[in-house]
Amino acid sequence: MICLELSKQLKQSRKGLHDLARDVFRPISRKYDDQEHEYATELEIFRPMTAQRAEKKDSGPQKDTAETKNKKKSEQPKDHNLASVISVEELSWGDLGLMLSIPGAGLGNAAISAVGTPEQKAKYSSKWAAMAITEPESGSDSASIQATAVRDGDEWVLNGEKIFVTCADRSDIVVVWANIDPSAGKAGIKSFIVEKGTPGFKLEHLEHKLGIRASDTGTFVLKDCRVPKRNLLGSAEIKKKKGFAGVMQTFDNTRPTVAAMALGVARAALEYTKAKIEESGINFDYNKSVNRISSLEKDFYIMESNLEAMRLLIWQAAALADAGIRNSLQASMCKAKAGKAGTEIVQKCCDLLGPLGYSQKTLAEKWMRDVKITDIFEGTGQIQHLIVARQLMKLSSNQLK
Amino acid sequence: MFSLEMSKEQKMIKSEVARLVKNMVIDKAGDMEDEKQIPPDSIQKAWELGISVSAVPEEYGGFGMTDSPMTTAIILEELAFGDMAFAIAATLPSMVISPLAAMGTKEQQAKYLPVFCSEQYPECTLALNEPHFEFDPIQLKTTAQKKGGAYILKGTKCFVPMAKTASHIMVAASENGSNSLFIVEKDTPGLKISEREKNLGMYSLESYEVTLENCEIPAENRLGGETGCNYDLFLQKTKIGMSALGTGLSRASFEFAMNYARERVQFGEPIVHKQSVAFMIAEMAYEVDAMRLMTWKAASALEAGKDAKREAFLAKLYTGDMTMKIVDFGVQLLGGHGYIREYPVERYYRNGRGISILESMATV
Repeated sequence: MICLELSKQLKQSRKGLHDLARDVFRPISRKYDDQEHEYATELEIFRPMTAQRAEKKDSGPQKDTAETKNKKKSEQPKDHNLASVISVEELSWGDLGLMLSIPGAGLGNAAISAVGTPEQKAKYSSKWAAMAITEPESGSDSASIQATAVRDGDEWVLNGEKIFVTCADRSDIVVVWANIDPSAGKAGIKSFIVEKGTPGFKLEHLEHKLGIRASDTGTFVLKDCRVPKRNLLGSAEIKKKKGFAGVMQTFDNTRPTVAAMALGVARAALEYTKAKIEESGINFDYNKSVNRISSLEKDFYIMESNLEAMRLLIWQAAALADAGIRNSLQASMCKAKAGKAGTEIVQKCCDLLGPLGYSQKTLAEKWMRDVKITDIFEGTGQIQHLIVARQLMKLSSNQLK
Repeated sequence: MFSLEMSKEQKMIKSEVARLVKNMVIDKAGDMEDEKQIPPDSIQKAWELGISVSAVPEEYGGFGMTDSPMTTAIILEELAFGDMAFAIAATLPSMVISPLAAMGTKEQQAKYLPVFCSEQYPECTLALNEPHFEFDPIQLKTTAQKKGGAYILKGTKCFVPMAKTASHIMVAASENGSNSLFIVEKDTPGLKISEREKNLGMYSLESYEVTLENCEIPAENRLGGETGCNYDLFLQKTKIGMSALGTGLSRASFEFAMNYARERVQFGEPIVHKQSVAFMIAEMAYEVDAMRLMTWKAASALEAGKDAKREAFLAKLYTGDMTMKIVDFGVQLLGGHGYIREYPVERYYRNGRGISILESMATV
């Protein structure tokens, strides 16, 4: 049955996360934007939570039999994708940079828990894992990465440069993408767990950014960096047909999450703007005709309806995943919409706020800087539109470049 | 619990409506426009699906099913996917039956519902829109004055579908600032029906300007009697209805333009191989989904027995603007061919403006 109301449990957990975002994130939001790259020790309260979650996901070093797989499934609530986008919305409402700095919740952690061997999971589930994909010459075109991994006895020897790595400094380990057989093209791309302190693995520098300054984004250089054979994530076998597509499929789950980040930041800006407009004596009344209200009010309503549209597209993608239905199309649709509309909403809020939207005395200007990343990382808005069009019309990446 | 999965019944009625639309509407909508008429037999066929009477108690000729705004929204989208004028004509009796069933007095229900819930498509309509530029459905210029055992109605209405042949017209009017609905019977002195209107869109839908010159009607014709009706709820339901129409119309424009762009070859390849075209199609796709979800969100609130004022307002605002964008893209993607009346996107473009302008042409 169609129902767009949330369950009681989800409403409750949403409320809890909202309080956390309000009480923990908001008070330190400006501080860590100013003190770029400094780790927010206040986030340590999350460490037990993420560790517990990792433990739950892992049944330890035993084999994944059908029985344990079923058990794991039943442990995960049926609506865990929906729960996840709702959490991300709330925490991003608090502060996106801090949300990205929650210890142990890196993209690398997601990769290890998705494709790691039981041994890898056991060894690294308590570590904070960053993910290194992007290179100076390889952005949206992940298939073109130049970093290499060459087998030498019981080790892999990695060479290359990785940029825009989130949690570069504060993570314990990094999942690095490299090609084990450049002649095989993108099918040769594999990922490797590289521990901090490994010789030849160097954090080159941290970036100074437009926004999400609380998050430490950095560049790594790998020079004859040797990691044990067992550190390759997943299988070393080169599957010409589906290898890389399989890797990209993991983005189906992360795109709605990034869309939810845009939603959270945009909502923060819109709620703040609404409060300021109301303070000025304007009352929002959904009974009014849109042709009889001020342009300020109409701007607000248009933003509010776009925010709702973003949220529903995100929930649609999450609900499909929860129902076990492939959602690549809907995942990219919600990211395309949310990145664009979210960025526009915050920009417009700053405009409506006037001097309050330009001053660092309020958080609005920060939100305008923060939100921009959501239309860029995990695939730019343009890439999302390409994916949506290709999926809809069953076009290959050669037909629609 | 959040779910976007239709029930078995919803899937069934959706596919029934889709079949009717495919057989009797999609390919014929252009001819209907040229002939400025919707064939009565296809309206009768749609009527026989029972969309407008399903929630009416059996004693009054309905099916006695639970009223479901969600199911109605699904049906309206499907009908408007075929043709917006057809969707409005086919469900026009709902504009009278639904408020009667929800807010009429026992006497009003017993008197009127059996007349409207017959096997034949009934001739009844709703008069709400008014022909002035600052029209606002909650600040009606049409007035109702109580005078003894009667009401005197004064004002002008426009876009009243099928008014010429209607036996009953439900008229929205303001009574000292508060809004009510009144049942006006055909041939009431002072009730004047204009020549057929000529509008931007929906050439096939007969519509008229209706003037009420001191039209005197019995006081018991006020919907809901002394208590009156919940006009706000009525507007919420019609806003959701309009949003559902916008979703269906936009989907039609999107699908037609997409299929065209896949076939249309220029510079040696289909034009969808160009990013500028592909990006427009991608945007149309997610906006159609967004419109549907906004509509469903409002319908879902109503179905849960909640006030849907905010959701219905946002849905109509969003679908009104977005429909215009999608139908514009539809014409643009076909280029010169989109401007020629041979293709339906020209009609979608004209009809699209109606979603934001028109009020209460459909209800859930």
